[in-house]
Amino acid sequence: MREAAVVSQPNPLQRIPGVAIVLGALIILFGAIAPGFLTPANLSNVLVQSTILTMLALPMTLIIMTEGLDLSMGAVLTLTSLCVAIVSLATKSMLLGLGAGVLVGAAFGTVNGWLVAILGIPPFVATLGTLGMAQGLSLIVSDAQSVVGIPHSVRDIYSATLLGVPVPILLALVTYVVFHGLLYHTRFGSYVFALGGNREALRYAGLSPNKLLIAVYALGGTMAGIAGLLMTARMNSGHPTAGLGLEFDAIAAVAVGGTSFERGNGWLLGTLLGVIAVGVLRNGLNLVSLPSSVQVASVGVLVIVALFLDGLRSRA
Amino acid sequence: MTDITKEALSPPRSFLSQDAIQLFYRLLAVLLICAVLAVLNDSFLSLGNILNVLRQASLTFFIASGLTLVVLTAGLDLSVGANVALSACIAGTVIHTTGSPVLGILTGLACGGIVGLLNGVMVTALRIPSFIATYGMLWVLNGLTYWYMAGETLHGFPPGFRQIGSGYLFGLPIPVYLLLVFLGIGTLFAQRTIWGQEIYAIGANPVAARLSGIPVRRRLLLVYTVSGTMAGLASIIFLSRLNSAEADIGESLTLPAIAAVLIGGTSLFGGVGTVFGTFIGALILTLVLNGMNLLSVSANWQPLVTGIIVIIAVWLDMKTRRRAQ
Repeated sequence: MREAAVVSQPNPLQRIPGVAIVLGALIILFGAIAPGFLTPANLSNVLVQSTILTMLALPMTLIIMTEGLDLSMGAVLTLTSLCVAIVSLATKSMLLGLGAGVLVGAAFGTVNGWLVAILGIPPFVATLGTLGMAQGLSLIVSDAQSVVGIPHSVRDIYSATLLGVPVPILLALVTYVVFHGLLYHTRFGSYVFALGGNREALRYAGLSPNKLLIAVYALGGTMAGIAGLLMTARMNSGHPTAGLGLEFDAIAAVAVGGTSFERGNGWLLGTLLGVIAVGVLRNGLNLVSLPSSVQVASVGVLVIVALFLDGLRSRA
Repeated sequence: MTDITKEALSPPRSFLSQDAIQLFYRLLAVLLICAVLAVLNDSFLSLGNILNVLRQASLTFFIASGLTLVVLTAGLDLSVGANVALSACIAGTVIHTTGSPVLGILTGLACGGIVGLLNGVMVTALRIPSFIATYGMLWVLNGLTYWYMAGETLHGFPPGFRQIGSGYLFGLPIPVYLLLVFLGIGTLFAQRTIWGQEIYAIGANPVAARLSGIPVRRRLLLVYTVSGTMAGLASIIFLSRLNSAEADIGESLTLPAIAAVLIGGTSLFGGVGTVFGTFIGALILTLVLNGMNLLSVSANWQPLVTGIIVIIAVWLDMKTRRRAQ
């Protein structure tokens, strides 16, 4: 099993150029045209703003590696962010808020996994359905209003620093290390590779692909719950459209990072670089005063280009 | 429906008796929902409300009918809602600046069609999976529309133009006539033309379709363009009914359109389904949402209910297909 997983891993050297070139080109471009882009304060800002996306894009990589997709992640993040806001407001406890967010996120992730694995519904439609459900629940629990007045303990998570490093960046780094360990150094990780590459082999090995698949989606929902805490802390409120479209940025990061949509190959470091590329793109366009609408459109173009290149590579 | 079985090119038609039963169930569901709503609320059976339901259903149907053709080829078009928003905003601007509704309508249709064509190019030439390509397109269009409108609202169109969405002819809303026309055209196209049959064949088995000489790419380009053009048409109806356009009008349109297609019995796996089924699907969804409205359930519940309906519809489809096999 371990050997099979090793074989199905992509050759990182082949991938580094793609995403590194994209990232390098973006940095050079904005370094040249965007005033204040290459200042330490702004670069640190890019990284801090990329933390929420990191927490979504890493599990999204695993999901896409299973030839799946989770379109509900942004909407679930909105819902968990509202849960964090509402519960922490009511109990004055950041931990209870986080617990509520994680619980709701994990529940949605499990439902996604159940719909995909047990009912066999194509992932993009199953998660489109749960996107609607999470969006609806967000509107219902918030009555389409912002939740304000959340405790300082929540807000401080986003603004605090530890040894001079912003806490969100530390959280994102911890997340990356955990996911890296999980995917490349545990049996679960090998099974995730097999889910996309060779599901039959798992069955012959006496494992249940369905349970593993549910676990992968549940992991995505759980991470959306943790990211919900950061989102609430960042906005200092819960907002019923806070996470709108974030799943798309996550998919963009995964696609740019070189994870394939059709062959179950994934590369976590590539996703991390992809996240930073998306962050640089949005930050740079912001600095040259292009409206957020153009940022949204440019991320869309980025995905289509990345997928086109992915398609070329698969044919090559 | 019955004489369809006699035609030769018939990959999807082994399901026909199954299809007829499915259609019967759906009509039964329509009657059942109507009966329940009539009991629960007195104003449901008023003429005004019924016409309102039909008019609302027509808007969903316009978007969903083009989408049906895409789903018949085992594809998906997630960009329809965003396409409606962009087309409506551009058509609205053209009417405002030129004062000519005809020019505006043509622009709206063209804009929708071009977006659809681009979707088709991404799916055929670039070979990007349709749900990802059109999802990317969704965000590109959203970005373009917000940038183009810059927070403005277009408001106030010529009375003649507004008749299209809000006018009546012999007591029936004009969109209902358009609905009947496009229901007829769509059904004829899908069931009675070679191109329509080829679309079924592509969805049922793309490899077999290609080997039997069907120009798969050109037909795929066609269905995505038709889907986009129908979104353009929906944008015109939308514009003339609301008498205004904003950048965010498309956000709540995609999920209902997909729901209508799936409730109508068109299979996500391609090759099975009818445009008439989509009409019934649009009717069922509109009845449910209208009923919630009449029972004074907050509109905040609509995405939740629509999402659940999408999942149930796909699940039922898969269950019946499994049983049929």
